[in-house]
Amino acid sequence: MRKDYKLEKRKYVIGGFLCLIVLIYIVRLFSLQVLDTKYKANAESNALLERIIYPARGLIYDRNDKLVVFNQPAYDVMLIPRDVGNFDTLALCRVLNITPAELKQKWDDMKNPRRNPGYSAYTPQKLISQLSQEDYGRLQEKLHKFPGFFIQKRTVRQYNYECGANVLGNIREVSAEDVDRDRYYRRGDYTGDLGVERSYEQALRGTKGMEVLMKDALGRIKGKYEDGIHDVQPGSGRNLKLSLDIELQEYGERLMAGKIGAIVAIEPETGEILCLVSSPGYNPSELVGRERGNHYAELVKNPYKPLYDRAIQGAYPPGSTFKPTQGLIFLQEGVVTEGTQYPCHRGYVNGLRVGCHGHGSPIALLPALETSCNAYFCWGFKNMIDKAGTTPAAQFEKWKKYLVEMGYGYRLGIDLPGEARGFLPNSDYYNKMLKGDWSANSVISVSIGQGEVLATPIQIANLCATIANRGWFITPHVVKEVQDTVIDKNYRTRRQIHIRREYYDMVARGMRMAVLGGTCRKANLGDIEVAGKTGTAQNPHGRDHSAFMGFAPFDKPKIAVAVYVENAGFGAAFGVPIGALIMEKYLKGEISPAHKAMEESMLHSNTIQNSGVKKH
Amino acid sequence: MFRSIDWMTIVLYLMLVVIGAVSIYAASYDFDNASLFDFSEFSGKQFVWIGLSLVIGCAIMLLDYRLYEAYAYPIYGVVILVLILTIFIAPDIKGSRSWLSFGPVSLQPAEFGKFATALALAKLFDSYNFRLNQKPSNYFRALIIIFVPIILILLQKETGSALVYFSLVFVLYREGMSGMILFAVVCAVTYFVVAVKYATPLLLGMPVGQFTVFIFIVAIFIGMLWFYCRDRFVARNVLFAFLGGGAVVTVLALCGVNVPGVAFFLIMLGGTAVYVALAMMRHRMQKYAITLGFMLVSVSFLFSVGYVFGSVLQPHQQVRIKVAVGIEDDVRKSGYNVNQSKIAIGSGGVTGKGFLNGTQTKLKYVPEQHTDFIFCTIGEEEGFIGTVTVLVLFLALILRLIHIAERQHTPFGRVYAYCVVSFLIFHLAVNVGMVIGLCPVIGIPLPFLSYGGSALWGFTILIFILLRIDASRKERH
Repeated sequence: MRKDYKLEKRKYVIGGFLCLIVLIYIVRLFSLQVLDTKYKANAESNALLERIIYPARGLIYDRNDKLVVFNQPAYDVMLIPRDVGNFDTLALCRVLNITPAELKQKWDDMKNPRRNPGYSAYTPQKLISQLSQEDYGRLQEKLHKFPGFFIQKRTVRQYNYECGANVLGNIREVSAEDVDRDRYYRRGDYTGDLGVERSYEQALRGTKGMEVLMKDALGRIKGKYEDGIHDVQPGSGRNLKLSLDIELQEYGERLMAGKIGAIVAIEPETGEILCLVSSPGYNPSELVGRERGNHYAELVKNPYKPLYDRAIQGAYPPGSTFKPTQGLIFLQEGVVTEGTQYPCHRGYVNGLRVGCHGHGSPIALLPALETSCNAYFCWGFKNMIDKAGTTPAAQFEKWKKYLVEMGYGYRLGIDLPGEARGFLPNSDYYNKMLKGDWSANSVISVSIGQGEVLATPIQIANLCATIANRGWFITPHVVKEVQDTVIDKNYRTRRQIHIRREYYDMVARGMRMAVLGGTCRKANLGDIEVAGKTGTAQNPHGRDHSAFMGFAPFDKPKIAVAVYVENAGFGAAFGVPIGALIMEKYLKGEISPAHKAMEESMLHSNTIQNSGVKKH
Repeated sequence: MFRSIDWMTIVLYLMLVVIGAVSIYAASYDFDNASLFDFSEFSGKQFVWIGLSLVIGCAIMLLDYRLYEAYAYPIYGVVILVLILTIFIAPDIKGSRSWLSFGPVSLQPAEFGKFATALALAKLFDSYNFRLNQKPSNYFRALIIIFVPIILILLQKETGSALVYFSLVFVLYREGMSGMILFAVVCAVTYFVVAVKYATPLLLGMPVGQFTVFIFIVAIFIGMLWFYCRDRFVARNVLFAFLGGGAVVTVLALCGVNVPGVAFFLIMLGGTAVYVALAMMRHRMQKYAITLGFMLVSVSFLFSVGYVFGSVLQPHQQVRIKVAVGIEDDVRKSGYNVNQSKIAIGSGGVTGKGFLNGTQTKLKYVPEQHTDFIFCTIGEEEGFIGTVTVLVLFLALILRLIHIAERQHTPFGRVYAYCVVSFLIFHLAVNVGMVIGLCPVIGIPLPFLSYGGSALWGFTILIFILLRIDASRKERH
């Protein structure tokens, strides 16, 4: 092979480059290790302590700027085991107001690798968490007697209202998984759990700071290292402004006392959730402080499942609240017009029978909504699905597509963790279940919101908001503003339903008639024009569920509400009055004398006894 | 064949690996409870990695050398596929998606990209009558082989490992790329790192990094006049001009008149440039023009780095770049880490504190002390003697590899060897540089010494394939 001697000389350049670097490094090491004595001195006085400065977590306000969640300082007793010499155990117990046995227990817990996997004798360890202000004051004064001990300031949450725990969430110590997932966390940090504390964790938590302190040989802190040039200032968490009206939320929770179910109220124009009640609920203050673990365990064991947020996680048969969707689909598909009438002889009778109650026959769409006629919607559904020239499966998919657009069957995308998707069957589901041979009659009950269809209360409220808007909605959300930033684009963008506005007008008029002379007369608020729809949902758990959705005022809707009360009977029995009271409270600020009696009966009624859940 | 193995390389390799194992044991040694062969500990695991890498080394030596040549491209292809897969299937570990786990073992495919890329590059240069400068498309093919792994590793968010591949510029240089390009690349990187890393404190009213870069530029300017244009007269005059100017500025500063440093350098460089331009009229035009051009490009590069960095980029983008080149950590400033590392090394003194007696590294003041900062433990416990020994061992190993490279009869062997040399130079320079505070903190391991199976295996494969190729050089004829 031909050798290129000119190029071969380049080995000297590469080798020379390497020699140069090694030489520079040796000179540098010589100056660091041999000439400079500063580093040696530094290492001998070595002990530095990195103390984390925790930022204040963002505050949470309601839509009217009422402070809902704020911070209170708490103090953790930390120590570096290696620096802890002999100290007066009894004196420490006196200062902290605990017994020697308790102190021993805490000490053993700290050293127990199973309870505290991050234990090391050289790094700060937490001995006692969340001292009270008084204990902290006493300890601070005597701290010099206890070498190796120091105090880490933390903040814990405080609540101005005893409601909204499902929306607010709470904070807990990070788990090992949290630490692995996000390098921001270190063992012992706090993170949001449930509610907006969880979903807006990144905004609320801020950024941690750090100060580097010098210790002497006894582990006592001697001030800042190099005048604090290595310190990092913490960045405060961002404040949240909820879309919730905290007083409406409180009122809603009072109305639902003694009942199982949910209330969701939405401002239709913005998609902002005004109240999101899940009953039974709990007091958010229970999940704060040293007793958090015990209270949490109690909530988990409670047979009525207060931690389960029924408003967004409960999947229920929507019952007759589903009928407006059917009217809209039939109109858009040309199955019916406003004038189309169907017979109702105490029900839908066509090979099988779906019962109904007494009203005129034949009946058109608007009166059908007014009286909640089952037969009308069964006939419409039959005519749509069994349309000539196509298959039931194809027609059913078309039917389903509209409902998905309206927010059924999938998560709406609310800014809270754990939302459920409800359930909408598709044609494959029926092909499997009914062995491929089916028609409208086989699945007829879905047209009146029974059968396989399941919806969450928030999906029902969202339908109501869509009707109030006459054809569009904004994804419901509970946070209106995040300090110094804008909320997610999803919560500012309209989602248009591909159904003509005039059809929405018709359905809205039908719902108005239901309030004026139909099934929801109890929701008639006089000067405020309410439109509504009841629902009475059969279910396998006992008495019917009582449901209602409504919006007001009719022309410029400010509130759309859905109420769902488990095992409470007719929609008109509980759903309608509670919905009416929520709307009146929100729109007028108070309950008019005419409705005081209704309010009293709702506040004091109890349907939980019908739920079949035994409290042990 | 046994006798044609380069035993000197093997001895150097083994010495470094043993030093590494001992240092890892020291770095992860716990005063409270110690056991050498606890396999849940770093040192215990590392012994397993070392044992297995010796097995790998033997296996490589037993295979036919022609395999590596014949399968260079397929090996490269498979490794590239694995790198692509890694992006999608690797779990997110602290922001990077580069680790694949197989039961209890985790491997970083990026480490195995090195030998595959080296093989592919060697194979390319070994094609019939291939010369780099023959046509531009040859450069293009070489650059494609280099950049595919770079991009894939960047997508895994392992910036440090990706940067390593840029060291292959040495290979291109050895195979005929113009020395000016290498020089320009080295200068540009140095300018950028120095200018961005040392933005504070101020010196003569300018950041100390900028000041240093200006000194570099002046030195290179004079050096090029002296050695490249071979005009000692002009070079000496320019040197005197700067020394004189510097003296004037110093005197003025003592009298209380502060001359802005930027203005000083610009005026002096401008003046001497005119002078050199006049000299150019009289002598060899082209060399003077290149010298002048290089100086002007350097100055404008310096200013554009400063301008783009300071004015065009948003603060958060600046932070991102700084994090990428490792100047700032997003949680806490890496200046602090490097400072701790310097304290640990500095406290070692001439002879060190003795094995297992290092307090700084034990007390966890130095982060990652068993992986990227292992050099620190050596510095603290074995002192200046220890650190120089390690550096000299590396120097000997790499110079030996250059020697081996040049005795190859085929471009395949030579290019492969230079790839190994380039990777080692880069890892050594950057890793030790960051530990002693001269380089930005880029998270790459010190070859053979740092804890971690992937890196150790990657470098073992690199070296042993080279030894296998080298051992067969006599069989070819």
